[in-house]
Amino acid sequence: MSVRLRLDKPWRPLTPEEAARLPGQLGVYQIADAEGAILYIGQAGGRSPFGLRSELVREAEERGPGRQFRVEVNMQYRSRWFELLMVHKADHGELPPDNAKNPPPLGRLSPA
Amino acid sequence: MDFEPSEEQQLLIDQVRRFVREEIIPLEAKLDPDAAELDPADHARLVEKTKAMGLFGIDIPKEYGGPDIDIVTRVLLAIEMAQHRAGLYVPCYGTFGGAGLAQIFEANEDQKERYLYPTLRGEKKAFFGLTEPSGGSDPARAIQTKAERKDNGWLLNGAKIFISNADRAQYGIVFARTDASKGRAGITCFLIDSDTPGFHVRRVVHTLRSSHYATELEFKDCWVSDHQVLGEVNKGFAVANDRLTRQRIPYAAGCIGVAIAAHEMAIEWAKMRNTFGEKLANRQAVQWMLVDNEIDIRTAKHFTLEAAEKARRGLPFRIEASIAKLTASEGGGRVVDRSMQIHGGMGMTKDLPLERWYREMRIRRVGEGPSEVQRMVIAREILGSNLR
Repeated sequence: MSVRLRLDKPWRPLTPEEAARLPGQLGVYQIADAEGAILYIGQAGGRSPFGLRSELVREAEERGPGRQFRVEVNMQYRSRWFELLMVHKADHGELPPDNAKNPPPLGRLSPA
Repeated sequence: MDFEPSEEQQLLIDQVRRFVREEIIPLEAKLDPDAAELDPADHARLVEKTKAMGLFGIDIPKEYGGPDIDIVTRVLLAIEMAQHRAGLYVPCYGTFGGAGLAQIFEANEDQKERYLYPTLRGEKKAFFGLTEPSGGSDPARAIQTKAERKDNGWLLNGAKIFISNADRAQYGIVFARTDASKGRAGITCFLIDSDTPGFHVRRVVHTLRSSHYATELEFKDCWVSDHQVLGEVNKGFAVANDRLTRQRIPYAAGCIGVAIAAHEMAIEWAKMRNTFGEKLANRQAVQWMLVDNEIDIRTAKHFTLEAAEKARRGLPFRIEASIAKLTASEGGGRVVDRSMQIHGGMGMTKDLPLERWYREMRIRRVGEGPSEVQRMVIAREILGSNLR
């Protein structure tokens, strides 16, 4: 049984136009700088009006140009979000900078 | 047996019901529909309230500072505490506290100092490490994690799966095979600190329950001393089994609470919703669904209170606990399903708690011993343990 822990889809430019093409589904996403360093891991939960689309449109408008994103449609968005945060911390020793400002209660993971 | 609540019990029930409706549900309305935690400030404020109510840590035995509430009353309160969106798995978001894992009360004095008392003070959390990739329903045979004698201690190697809270806990109760030739008489229970070298939380296991996840653990040359053996060597199965039996009663109570909440929503909706010029409540098809809900809830409540009453009296309650768990988890699932059907499209949305209850209630037919194992337990009791 293979288990995919990390998001590995190609990065897309974070613009309102690109974000508006996303589905209105629940899921998780990552925001990175131009070099691909992850700045933030987010979730589009049940209270997002248009799921990933509205979350990423908002991110694009707030963050401005020069950022990238990738998404994963996932009904288990909360447990997947926790997982991505813990895997990032295990890989890099710390949370992405924008998550570290207001860290959620997290466990520790040591992926094989 | 008379299960009508006494005056004192009814006062406590009303108090908890008010707490759920006035404190929990309004906060919950602002959270993600799959949230499992309150804002820490809200949590702390509500813990002070439950302490003021004299109900904090109601599962803690009196001799350890608990409020000395009998198990029947605790079941009645657990039914109330579950009646909100997150209530099945996180009743009142943990603001009533908890006793930790029941096995720790069996620990020796040194272990109590290191694990039980810090747990009761809220300084440590624990996980329960029983299920393995090779199976969970038959721990006597399925446990393959080995603990071998080494350097005046034990060397653990193996894996566990579907373990809740292992990534956040400070220690766990872990079952391992110490004698491969003895089946259930070859299992020992260990207390493992989560910073012990060789203990790893390898991954999150995603389930229907998005609000919370399980984990997969690996023990790789994880050495612990003899001081970490809980109870006696090769007698761990009895420790696990006792816990599994006891846990079935509150587990059933949670299912009943959610079923009641779903049923009440369905009744309210049926009285309000018009289709084809008639209220849903006037349709026989809907009436019968509501009647079946009522029967499922009453059946489960009766059997759960019966199990609790036997436990309260110190009588054997193994068969009753299985019947309670079986009727509450299966009946509760049916109630939520019918209530969704009555709500139509709205019942499928995250606007209402029904879809979360539907997903989480499905797990209840497997968790803490699947329905089939409960039926095996009951069959063995009524047919005799020698039957093969």
